[in-house]
Amino acid sequence: MWDYSEKVLDHFHHPRNVGTLENPDGVGEVGALACGDALKLMFKLDKDGRIADVKFQTFGCASAIASSSALTEMIKGMTLEEAAKVTNADIAKYLDGLPEQKMHCSVMGMEALEAAIANYRTGDTTVRQLKDDPLVCTCFNVHESEIVEAIRINKLTTVEQVTNYTKAGGACGKCKGEIAKILDRELAAASGAPAPEAAPAPAPAPAAPAEPVPFAKLSPAKKVLAVEKVLEAEVRPALKLDGGDIELVDVDGAKVQVRFLGHCAGCMAAAFTRNGLVEKKLRDLLAAPDLEVELV
Amino acid sequence: MSNTEPVYYFDNNATTRCAPEVVEAMLPFFSERYGNASSMHAFGGAVASDVKAARAKVARFLRCEPEEVVFTSCGSESDNNALFGTVEALGPQTTVITSAVEHPAVLEPCRWLENNRVRVVRIGVDRLGALDMDAYRAALSRPGPKLVSLMWANNETGTVFPIKECAELAKAAGAVFHTDATQAAGKLGEVDMSDVPADMLSFSGHKLHAPKGIGVLYVRRGTPVRPFLLGGHQEKGRRAGTENVPYIVGLGRAVEMAREEIEGGEVARIARLRDRLQEGLLKIPDTVVNGDQAHRLPNTLNISFEYIEGEAILFHLSDAGICASSGSACTSGSLDASHVLRAMDVPFTALHGSIRFSLSRYNTDADVDHVLETMPGIVGTLRELSPYGHK
Repeated sequence: MWDYSEKVLDHFHHPRNVGTLENPDGVGEVGALACGDALKLMFKLDKDGRIADVKFQTFGCASAIASSSALTEMIKGMTLEEAAKVTNADIAKYLDGLPEQKMHCSVMGMEALEAAIANYRTGDTTVRQLKDDPLVCTCFNVHESEIVEAIRINKLTTVEQVTNYTKAGGACGKCKGEIAKILDRELAAASGAPAPEAAPAPAPAPAAPAEPVPFAKLSPAKKVLAVEKVLEAEVRPALKLDGGDIELVDVDGAKVQVRFLGHCAGCMAAAFTRNGLVEKKLRDLLAAPDLEVELV
Repeated sequence: MSNTEPVYYFDNNATTRCAPEVVEAMLPFFSERYGNASSMHAFGGAVASDVKAARAKVARFLRCEPEEVVFTSCGSESDNNALFGTVEALGPQTTVITSAVEHPAVLEPCRWLENNRVRVVRIGVDRLGALDMDAYRAALSRPGPKLVSLMWANNETGTVFPIKECAELAKAAGAVFHTDATQAAGKLGEVDMSDVPADMLSFSGHKLHAPKGIGVLYVRRGTPVRPFLLGGHQEKGRRAGTENVPYIVGLGRAVEMAREEIEGGEVARIARLRDRLQEGLLKIPDTVVNGDQAHRLPNTLNISFEYIEGEAILFHLSDAGICASSGSACTSGSLDASHVLRAMDVPFTALHGSIRFSLSRYNTDADVDHVLETMPGIVGTLRELSPYGHK
């Protein structure tokens, strides 16, 4: 059993400011049902630009609920400039500490607040500029900037700590090497030494549009290559933004079998059925109007 | 929680209360009867006869020969011995066939073997947790030496694999067959080695009201398995280490009671309690039972409360004196939800809100009533807090 502070238990048992607001000025949503925790935070400002009211809804464990509740108490009455300076470390401190493995709950609070403030300022619901912010952990949808922020605020020194604070690397673990590289770079920068191997990976050459070829006349092997080319150029990048991926299983005549990968395979399947992204792209780009995509 | 508050214990797949009869049987062996069973004097020799009697009780429990019973320190040791010892005996060309939903005591040795170039085939399960028998048959058709390790019953969902059929198929394919019966032993009636052609079987004392720290590896005569712990000649050279006499005696008493219980209808009483618990909890909206209800341990209920998270539920339950467990990410010790529920493709709306209730002979109707009175309030409170599931 986790060793929670009295304050964590108090906020878990008696969460403050639960619920929603009508016509909020800012709304921030982070996390997902699939990932095991999520937080929706909303606030209303008074005429002086201070947070007059704030409400939250949390799906998550005791420390996620306590972190959300604590955050709402902390930011009430603050201006947005003041609120923007609240970090996960402040939330943890307010709660008299959190177990190290639960620090990601405080990070979720900070990120929901960031998202809500950005929502107020820009009307946008997406905070992170995905183009310049590579996705590191596809299982939990954690971007490089989130990892860097957690390292800097909390002075993290190990990959395990990064996982505890951001969840990155906490499921399949494939991104641990990438996290180690980010950590090395940050630690080197913090100590003033030149960053090792800081050069960004070369940007992939823009994919050439697939040639419109009579798909039905291709050999089975050529069909596979053609489909794979479209998937790589047109489908994968979109899926990767959401932390997913796609695998080509088989091509039989005009029937293409694919499988969605990643922690979010369930979500991907739902999105796929809804907008038919894959089938549409393949039909258009391979000039194969009768092509059918099957999810296996 | 203070020790004076009542405890409603529904976590018997994690561990059980050591039976008072078992404690009583053990006590003399901590004090006046402290001899070493291997000694060449009457004082130690008398103790050896108690170990022999306990071995005979375990043999009656499993319906096997006493010589086929090896005492170990726990179920994990038994599993490790079965896997490493058999692969060592069969050679590095061995294919290990196991399932995706095994206990870590099997999963992790398999992973170690795989990292050391032993081929491991993991058989998947369906939405109910039932084994993919076609995939299993296909795996058995591989050439070369094979070791199968399949759990008899799943610790999280209680789903029971058709172990007799699995063992028969393995024997027909020339494979060595091991089953982890840690959850099945004492809870299912038919853990019967005269009927099931398994070569090895593991179980653990503390899951059937013996103390923690004692396990059994059943090894059918003639099975190729090397010892895991080297040293003295105890257990006929199959497991070194001075016999843990008090615990062995305690285990003997515990399996004797388990057998009486199975024959006396206690298992059916526990099943009725479990069914009443399930029926009552299913009245809460958006709840779903995980596991194969047609093939399930009589004491186990794994149920998901959608849109809320398991650890938060457990904390509230704990405040009401109720002990249960969860397959949610926050309780699994990692950040990912239970590998068993994920292998079953439990939808993620239900994945993180799974609670396992596991009963024993010490549970009563009053215990079940207390859970049924408490749970709706907890679920209501947490759903109020959740951003999901609002109609």
